[in-house]
Order: sequence, then structure tokens, then C-alpha cells
Amino acid sequence: MAGRGVTWLGTPTFPKAARTALADTQLRTNLRNATTTIRGKRAGAVAELPDWEPLRLAGEAIKDEVLADLGTYLERLEAAVTARGGVVHWARDAVEANEIVLRLTREAGADEVVKIKSMATAEIGLNEALAEGGVQAVETDLAELIVQLGEDRPSHILVPAIHRNRSEIREIFRREMPDVPEDITDEPRELAEAARRHLRQKFLTAKVAVSGANFAVADSGSVVVVESEGNGRMCLTLPETLITVMGIEKVVPTWSDLEVFLQLLPRSSTAERMNPYTSVWTGVTPGDGPKNFHLILLDNGRTDTLADTVGRQALRCIRCSACLNVCPVYERTGGAAYGSVYPGPIGAILTPQLLGEDVDKQARSLPYASSLCGACFEVCPVRIDIPEVLVHLRAEAVQAKNKTSPEAVAMAALAWAMGDARRWAAAQKAAGIGRLLSRGGRITSLPWPGSKWTSSRDLPAPPKETFRAWWRRTRG
Amino acid sequence: MLGRIRAALADRPGPVTVPRDYDRTREAADPLALLAERIEDYRAVVHRVDAAGLPGRIATSLAARGARRMAAPVDLPTSWLAPEVTWRPDTDQSLTIDELDGIDGVLTGCAVAVAETGTLVLDAGEAQGRRVLTLLPDYHLCVVRADQVAVSLPEALARLDGTRPLTFVSGPSATSDIELNRVEGVHGPRTLEVVIVTGG
Ligand code: SF4
Repeated sequence: MAGRGVTWLGTPTFPKAARTALADTQLRTNLRNATTTIRGKRAGAVAELPDWEPLRLAGEAIKDEVLADLGTYLERLEAAVTARGGVVHWARDAVEANEIVLRLTREAGADEVVKIKSMATAEIGLNEALAEGGVQAVETDLAELIVQLGEDRPSHILVPAIHRNRSEIREIFRREMPDVPEDITDEPRELAEAARRHLRQKFLTAKVAVSGANFAVADSGSVVVVESEGNGRMCLTLPETLITVMGIEKVVPTWSDLEVFLQLLPRSSTAERMNPYTSVWTGVTPGDGPKNFHLILLDNGRTDTLADTVGRQALRCIRCSACLNVCPVYERTGGAAYGSVYPGPIGAILTPQLLGEDVDKQARSLPYASSLCGACFEVCPVRIDIPEVLVHLRAEAVQAKNKTSPEAVAMAALAWAMGDARRWAAAQKAAGIGRLLSRGGRITSLPWPGSKWTSSRDLPAPPKETFRAWWRRTRG
Repeated sequence: MLGRIRAALADRPGPVTVPRDYDRTREAADPLALLAERIEDYRAVVHRVDAAGLPGRIATSLAARGARRMAAPVDLPTSWLAPEVTWRPDTDQSLTIDELDGIDGVLTGCAVAVAETGTLVLDAGEAQGRRVLTLLPDYHLCVVRADQVAVSLPEALARLDGTRPLTFVSGPSATSDIELNRVEGVHGPRTLEVVIVTGG
């Protein structure tokens, strides 16, 4: 298998996949309803905090501080976890990480593991690797369960089954759950109840659980998982062995840094003041929870990403999914079109970077899956300048293809212009870039490679005033 | 991997100063009222009583719920143990998973509460027991003392020890995975009821 996972083998390039997705009106309706709803709620939840901008600035700086000295913080984390009875493993890539999980599961004498939704384990293709080794992975998050039973791909970071409506879910449950009542309706309450019954016995008997982590505190060794349903708590408390797979960028320096992220994440993500459950544990606690705790620190392309001075900011991402919900491209195509575990604007910059030299045609097409409207930066709780990284990656992709093609020149110029706020403002004023191409508020044709995209779909034109211009006008 | 990290940082990004000018503390005219309002936003039931009214309130809530067999951390104050109810103390982790699965509910205290977000934090300390006690029973009745209430999340975290097993609870278990409809109760307790004790 490919060393790093991340993308789904055999998926078409973004423009092709997008064309298929665009033909699916049901999918688009489901997505539009969902993203519009979350968008509105998020704005309300954020407006409630008077210090939202200072929190974003602190979040950005804490993550940058971690990245600037990542080795030190990881060693500190390892020492703290070990001191509290946990075992820390370092995995360079997907293959290594999967091997460790499989070995630990076998050592625990289990042929089944329960899982709490984790992007890191999706990224490394853990479920498939375990299946090859004779171990079944059971997803316990309701949306993940819907996706798993429907033999489907997740389409959203936060609500992976957002593309399915209630009657579709009812059909999947009736087909795939042996114990589901014959007369189950499509009431969300009944469907959730069916999932509860379906998974209860698995929780009560599971020997091994696998989780991801939202944060890990270097100083104390505390690991944090944020969730809603309680399936996370089940996995983190009941089995004898807990294996947590965590990207190395998830570490934060001190306990009090969580005061920033536990405010930024729920409001950006589910638009709640706080998610129903947050669990924190450190190593093992005798008499309470798992007897064995293993923490796998996963690189899988992250050190390559770290080496790119423009692109490394993508490692600040806390996977809140706010950027997906504001993205005009994502709203029309859904997550599956990205062909990656990481969809939407963040996926467009993270996927090709994580793949590094393994990067394939499909992943290389992702930085074009954007209208560069800037909305993703505006909502990002850790201020990742996604448009800047997109342009940077486009320039790299074009350079790799042909050093002197007209696209290369244009992209390099664009990257240069975007590299500096003042240059960018001047360039936009001078050219009005996207608007030059638009007729009646829609962009009907873009130069290659954007043309591959616009040939199947009109794009909304970027607003007359750029986000940055607006920012300068209102805050400057 | 540490070598790769060092190599990746060859440009030597300088140390970053983190701007901490967000609000560490915040004022609230009536933190207990704010806490009650915010917990109710999660569709949990909230009561406010004074210390003298607490035992009666617990008994009334359990009766209304029809709870006859309740799990209890070993160190619950005896005045909380309503006499009409069979209490199952978790002495030396004696309650099995199956027992907890079949029990009517659990009564606990908490370590800290966050008024602004309507969050209760349990740290396995006094009157809270191990984590599984508040996970398997379908009903969780939680008592919060006035002195345990912090207004903001930073204030609450400052009071907690990050190396203890912590559970932050904000309303009952819930999912929004089906067409973004909020449904209470998937795997955790479906009913959360909170008693706020005024006046310490
Ligand atoms: S890039 Fe920012 S907005 Fe997007 S998921 Fe990551 S943290 Fe959230």
C-alpha cells in the first residue's frame, strides 16, 4: 500500500469528482441545508464571546510556538505520559502506526476494537489494515457508523454523514443492522436509539479501544478528547487497553493553554458553547479506566509539512471544520469529491502536503478546489491563511510541471503578490482578478487549470471587496 | 523522528510570544443564575435550593423519576441518601459494568462548574467516584455547590488538576448527526438533572 494513506486510492481528480457530485441534486440539497445551518449557528456562538479575536491570536501563537520547537514538546509529552504509566510509541508513517496498533491489539488477545471517530486513524487507513490482520474495527460515532454500514465515504470532518438524510439512514440501518426493529421510522430519535442498542454490547465487552486525540499537554501528559455522544467516554473508560493515535502537531505546551482551545474549538465546530463531553486522562489511573494506555505519535508527512515555511501553518489546524461550512466550492461538491480524509479548504492544503513526494495527480488537483474568496481564513479559529497556502501550493505544482509555462509565471506572480498584504491589496485593486472574468456575478470561465472546474459549474464571483480589504477597512 | 523535526525547522523559526490579552476572568451579576440558564439551554433540568432544602430536593427528584436503585460514590454525604431509595455504593469498585448498565441512575457531586458554558467538571474526587459511574446509568443527578462555580472556562481550568481523570459534562449525551437534529441520549446518560445549592 502507499506509505501514507491520506487519499483514497483510485479516486478521480477533483474536477472530475466534482462534476459527478454536482449532478447529484440530493447530495447538494443535503449539504447546502447543513452548511447554511451550521454557518449561522457558529456566527452566533462566536459573537457571544467578547474576546474572540484575542483568543484566535493566542491560539495561533500557541500553535506556532509548539511548531517552532516541536521536538522539545514531544519529548516532554513522552516523559510525562511515561511517568504516569503510559507507553509512548513513535510512528514515522501509516504502515508503522498500523503495525503498532495491530500488535498491541493481538497482545491484548482481541479480534475486535471499538473506535471513537479519529481523523488520524482514517488518515492511516487503520480499519483496512486491521481487517487484513484479522481484527475488526467498529466505528462507534453515529455518523461514522452510518458511513461504515453504508460502505460509504465520510463527507465532512465533523458530521461525516451530512450527505445522508434520515430516510437514507433508515434504509442503511434496516439493511445492515440485524437487530433493528422492523417498523423503525425515520425519526432521528428512533434511529439514534437503534444505534445505541446496536453498540451497547460492544462497549460492554470490548477489550481494546482506539481513539484519536484533540490535544495533548506536554507538561502534564494529559490527553484530551472532545465529543458529544458518550461513545468516546465508553471507549476511553471501559476497555482494558486504550490505544490513542495522535498527529505530532496536536501537542500544546501547558495545561492552561487548553483554556484557549477549549473555547475556540466547540464554538467553531458545533457552534455550541461547549460540546456535551470532554474527557481528559493522563497515563493510567488505578481503579479508574483502562489498565494499559498506549500513545502513538504519528508523523506521516507532518515533518515534511513542517519543513515548508509557508505551508507549515496548516499544522495549526484543530479540525473544527468551520472552513468547510463557509466554502462555496465545498458546499456544492461535498467532501467525497476531495478524495481525501481531509476535505474542504483545509483538506486542499493539508492533503498534498502530507503526501509529500508521494503526491499523485489527484492530490495535486486539490489546491485548485477553491475560489480564493478568503472566507475560510476569516472563520479559522487559529488563523490559518488557507488562500495563501493554496496559491503557494499551486505555484509549486505548476513549477513541478513546467518551469516556464504561462501558468507558472502567473502562479508565481500570484504567490508573490499574496505573500505580502500590501502587495496583495495593490494587485487586487489593479486587476480585480476574479471579477474580470465574471459575467453577472458568476465566473463562467477561468484559465487552466481553473477551467477544468468552471467547465462543469459556474462559480460565484469573489466579492467586490476582498476579505483583506474589508478587514483593513473595518479593523485597520 | 526527532532528527526529521530538527531538519524541518532548519529555518530556525524564532520563539513566539503568545499574546494573552483574552479574558481570563469575567464578571457575572449572578453566576448561579447564569449557570442554571446555560445548563437549561442544553435541555437539562435544573433546580436551585439552599443547603437545608437539598435532601428534600434529591428525594423529590428521585421519586419523580421513579428511581429506586441508585449507584453512589462511596463518599456521598449521608444526608443525600434519600431513605426511599436503595443505594448501591461503589465500595472498592464493586459495581460491575452489568450492574451499572441496569441501574436506575447515579447521584454525584462535582469538582467545578463553568457558569458561562453550563459545564460540570467531575475529577473523580469527593462525592464523584470513578468515571464509569456517570457513564452507564441512563440518569445522572448532579449536585453543585455555590463555591464550586467559576464564571469563565479559564477560571475553571485553573482550579483543576490536569493529571486527574476529568470529565466535562455540558448537558446530556447528544448527537446532531442526522440532518443536524439534536437528539438527546445516544450512549451517555439521556437525562441530566442538576441541583445548584445556593449559599455554600
Ligand atoms: S483550517 Fe481552521 S477552520 Fe479549517 S478545520 Fe482547521 S482549524 Fe478549523
